[in-house]
Amino acid sequence: MRARRSNTPNLARSALGFFRNIFGGGATPASATGEAARIPRRSTGFNQFTRTILRPDGQKILDLGPTSSSNINFLTGLGHKAYNEDVLAASHASRLVIPGEEEGSTTVDVARFLAEDLQYEPETFDAVLMWDVCDYLPEPLVKPVVERIYQITKPRGAMLAFFHTREAGVEAPYFRYHIKDENLLELQQGPHFQLQRTFQNRHVEGLFHDFNSIKFFLGKENIREVLLLR
Amino acid sequence: MDTYRADVAHIGKSVIIKGELSGSEDLYLDGEVEGNIDLHNHNLVIGPNGRVRANVHAKDVVIHGKVDGNIVGVEKVELKKSAVLNGDINTQRIVIEDGAFFKGAIDIRKVEAKSEPVRAAAQAAAATPVFSAPAVSVPVTSPAGIPGKK
Repeated sequence: MRARRSNTPNLARSALGFFRNIFGGGATPASATGEAARIPRRSTGFNQFTRTILRPDGQKILDLGPTSSSNINFLTGLGHKAYNEDVLAASHASRLVIPGEEEGSTTVDVARFLAEDLQYEPETFDAVLMWDVCDYLPEPLVKPVVERIYQITKPRGAMLAFFHTREAGVEAPYFRYHIKDENLLELQQGPHFQLQRTFQNRHVEGLFHDFNSIKFFLGKENIREVLLLR
Repeated sequence: MDTYRADVAHIGKSVIIKGELSGSEDLYLDGEVEGNIDLHNHNLVIGPNGRVRANVHAKDVVIHGKVDGNIVGVEKVELKKSAVLNGDINTQRIVIEDGAFFKGAIDIRKVEAKSEPVRAAAQAAAATPVFSAPAVSVPVTSPAGIPGKK
């Protein structure tokens, strides 16, 4: 059975809702230091993810997004050990840029990335928060990163990933995800990364074919939430 | 602001230390240290020019600069927005400013059951059969139903 789409909002309605969120209500205002505003968003996928990590204490949870004190406080508040590695920032490091096959082109040094990043023992983590990293990763890294995450996740370990729908458009801004509580996330725009692709459901299923189960949740603002169990 | 204070030992930005750095007073470090830093029950501030490649042990640790190493903050660790930390943190309390970069693990030592409200809220949510989230929840496949499944 495939995920069914509800009434897919068009781009204009989505954009309107987005800006209403920012200017109308619900958004945490930008601070005096110029920090971007935070937009609240309920997340069924995250709620389901949280259920998988409630017990026991001392689980190892890997957050692949930018450093967020909210996320660290939430995870450590549950009694777990929080790991943080901003994979997207690491993937865009200038040291990883190497000449491509075509003259004048460049690509990413996958071997070096895998040698320097996501370096953990096999089956280390009880759960992984991937957010929407896959949509923004350079193409050569997508499959290797997913394979590495599979290796370092424990059997039956959970992973939460988000994917844009096609309606999001290529200019969909990159958001950081902050955990507000078990139902609510806060989205904060930036840093700037270009959306590289939008996966169809079958592509998502193919990408994570090694995982034992996969559940799709159709979220707001043209985001699909995917809960995977290794 | 955690800057220079006259009553705190100060290592300036032109100073480079290789080896063991230990003391029994608070320290403001704006230079480079390679080795280990142990201040027992005293505070350490690593200034914006501070470059530390060492494991650190102190009561409160405030980082503005760059650290490659593991941090033990007996009471608190604070990463300011300019902080770059590659290493693990072990402490009772942590404060991370927006913009700080951190790669590693955080282990919060419990001194009292501070986490119960969070856990209670999470468990209450888990016990609730109906989600208030507006998202449409659609279980998609069992493993056998995944195309391309091994």
